[in-house]
Amino acid sequence: MAVNSETVPGTRNSLTRLWNNQQARSVIIQIVTVTIVFALLALILRNVVNNLEAIGKEFSFKFLLSPAAYDITFSPFIEYTSRSTHLRAAVVGILNTLLVAACGIVLATVMGFLMGILRLSRNWLVNRMVYCFLEFTRNVPVLLHILFLHGIIVTQLNPPRQAMNFADSFFLSNRGFYIPQPVWEPIGWIIAVVFLISVTFVFFFRRWAKKVQDETGRVYPVFWISAGVIVGATAVAFFATGTPLSWSIPELRGFNFKGGLAIKPEFIALWLALSYYTSCFIAEIVRAGILAVSYGQTEAAGALGLTRNRTLQLIVIPQAIRVIVPPLASQYLNITKNSSLAIAIGYMDVVATVGGITLMQTGKEMETMIIVLLTYLVISLVISGFMNWFNKKTALVER
Amino acid sequence: MAEVTRTYKVGQHPDLPPPRSEVGVIGWVKYNLLSTPFNVIMTLLALWFLWSIIPPLFEWAVLDSVWTAESRKACWAKMEVPEGAACWAFIKDRIGLYIYGFYPAELRWRVNLSFVLLVLAIVSVLYENMPGRKFGLWYAVAFPFITGWLLVGGLGLTHVETDQFGGIMLTFIIGITGISFSLPIGILLALGRRSTLPVIRILCVLIIEFIRGVPLIALLFIASTMLNYFLPPGTAFDLLLRVLIMVTLFQSAYIAEVIRGGLQGIPNGQYEAADSLGLTYAKSHLLIILPQALKISIPGIVNTFIGLFKDTTLVLIIGMLDPLGVGRASLADAVWAGLAREVYIFVAIFFFICCFGMSRYSLWLEKRLSTEN
Repeated sequence: MAVNSETVPGTRNSLTRLWNNQQARSVIIQIVTVTIVFALLALILRNVVNNLEAIGKEFSFKFLLSPAAYDITFSPFIEYTSRSTHLRAAVVGILNTLLVAACGIVLATVMGFLMGILRLSRNWLVNRMVYCFLEFTRNVPVLLHILFLHGIIVTQLNPPRQAMNFADSFFLSNRGFYIPQPVWEPIGWIIAVVFLISVTFVFFFRRWAKKVQDETGRVYPVFWISAGVIVGATAVAFFATGTPLSWSIPELRGFNFKGGLAIKPEFIALWLALSYYTSCFIAEIVRAGILAVSYGQTEAAGALGLTRNRTLQLIVIPQAIRVIVPPLASQYLNITKNSSLAIAIGYMDVVATVGGITLMQTGKEMETMIIVLLTYLVISLVISGFMNWFNKKTALVER
Repeated sequence: MAEVTRTYKVGQHPDLPPPRSEVGVIGWVKYNLLSTPFNVIMTLLALWFLWSIIPPLFEWAVLDSVWTAESRKACWAKMEVPEGAACWAFIKDRIGLYIYGFYPAELRWRVNLSFVLLVLAIVSVLYENMPGRKFGLWYAVAFPFITGWLLVGGLGLTHVETDQFGGIMLTFIIGITGISFSLPIGILLALGRRSTLPVIRILCVLIIEFIRGVPLIALLFIASTMLNYFLPPGTAFDLLLRVLIMVTLFQSAYIAEVIRGGLQGIPNGQYEAADSLGLTYAKSHLLIILPQALKISIPGIVNTFIGLFKDTTLVLIIGMLDPLGVGRASLADAVWAGLAREVYIFVAIFFFICCFGMSRYSLWLEKRLSTEN
């Protein structure tokens, strides 16, 4: 008997058949998506070209080589004058972003770990005080913290003439914090080299000591030997080269201080505000991480006869770190991204230089924003890459 | 009376009460504040710290503060020590600005009505055993559109330019729009990131990681300076709308990651069970996977929303007047200038109340959800 092809389900319509085939369907969906995405991109690109043409702008990065003609008051790493190029201004901005992000990460980590440990304190009063501070700080926008701190420094502190004086060498005024600056004589590089060599030695020594411990169980006082080598070798080099270090002390001349290292109020406000705001989140992460290590682990370590310090060092911290690192990484990313709020108080980071004044002066919205976005994307990628590596290193190795 | 002596069998004696020094207030203090010498020092330090902070602050903010005055000078004249206490009269003088921005005074009833509608919408979303909850949820979906019409005007209402929006109202507009539109987009992105189709997965990963890698302020700059380049020539639209689009996109990427976490928390058996019932992708997700995944990601969503709520202050950098922007602008007024502390503390308290409330809610939810499972 001949079967009429139309009565067999599934052969009714070739389109339905195609759609019911999972592989074919996924190919179709992907092709359609790619088409739509590229069509959208093409449309946007055409609009951009048309719009730029309509107002007579062209897309080029040549403006980077023309003089910037604006001042940046805070450029601790490279020379910058108002005659430098926009490119140099961009580099200064990027370096300033990195500086405040790096300083913020260090201080926030220290404060965060400290507060996280205090939050675990059995002392009810201390515990509650830290809790109140944490809750208040992290429920208020970071921009407000930054503006508030900047406002306090600029309006509440005394002008340089009545600056707060610490031991005649540290001065805190509304123009910033002036501290002695180390001035190295040319021969100072030897000390740096010795320092690097001793750090490398310590690195290999620790690996060797760990190997010995794994194989024979012999434990060296690794920390004291490492510290001794680094401090000792550097000190020997320092005195052998004839103490090639002098200090430039800030002095009041006229209306401001001369000499020394000037830390601008904008930097202080941004750095401190970012640090204590983020440290509140880090404190909670640290607390959760330490609580995540069950008490049985500590008891087991005690049963094995480990001392309290060794228990912390070998049992609790390695396990807590595993829980702490991933959220800690995202807090580091947050600090970096939040440092873009610098523009609100006039700290010259990459948003304020390239995305702010350069944009205003040259009218190159596209190009400047591309530079800003790329900067942050690269920083984000580097931090998350490092953290992924660290995470992998500390992750639980299961058999 | 002679003392009654009882004899007990071995092991039958009832427990003696703990010594008086180990229970009650004394025991609590002994255990929590004075357990070790180090602890005693910490307690003393903490007490000293509190003593040197709280009374002066209380005097400054409450006891000596001035609530009615016409100017900063009048304010200071009323104090024993000029500048020695808070001048809340400044905030009272500008409270309209802090709430409504420059919204026309005779039309402010529309904003008030929107706040009432907002409370209704929140109640109908949060209370699960409210009568007629289904209608309540539909109302919550329609709410952004209703208030949008109410605030902007048109269709019979007087039109109000969006550059007159400001203050707490603006914070709520950005926050609520951000959360209500980013939730569906975030769900789609999260599903896309877990899709088996490589093209869709890569596309979603790119979008999410790009947005999460750049600061919100850069996106807002894009909104204010170059979004118009991407659109056909001649279409210029409102700055507020551009900001809302960017904030929604930004929020979607973060929501997507939270929901991805929720999706990962669903055991594979659920997917397999849905498949074995013959459900399609759409049906299995709508009926089985998403209800569970969304439920466990609610605390994360609330936390993301708290972050967004605080980030709304960033719009002041591109010239919009949220409460912080209003405060900064009012500091430029020569009659009141110099009262920065009052302004910042007032705005900080506003944000603290909102965000702390939300974080308590999310903690409560987390607890409730964890006991149910």
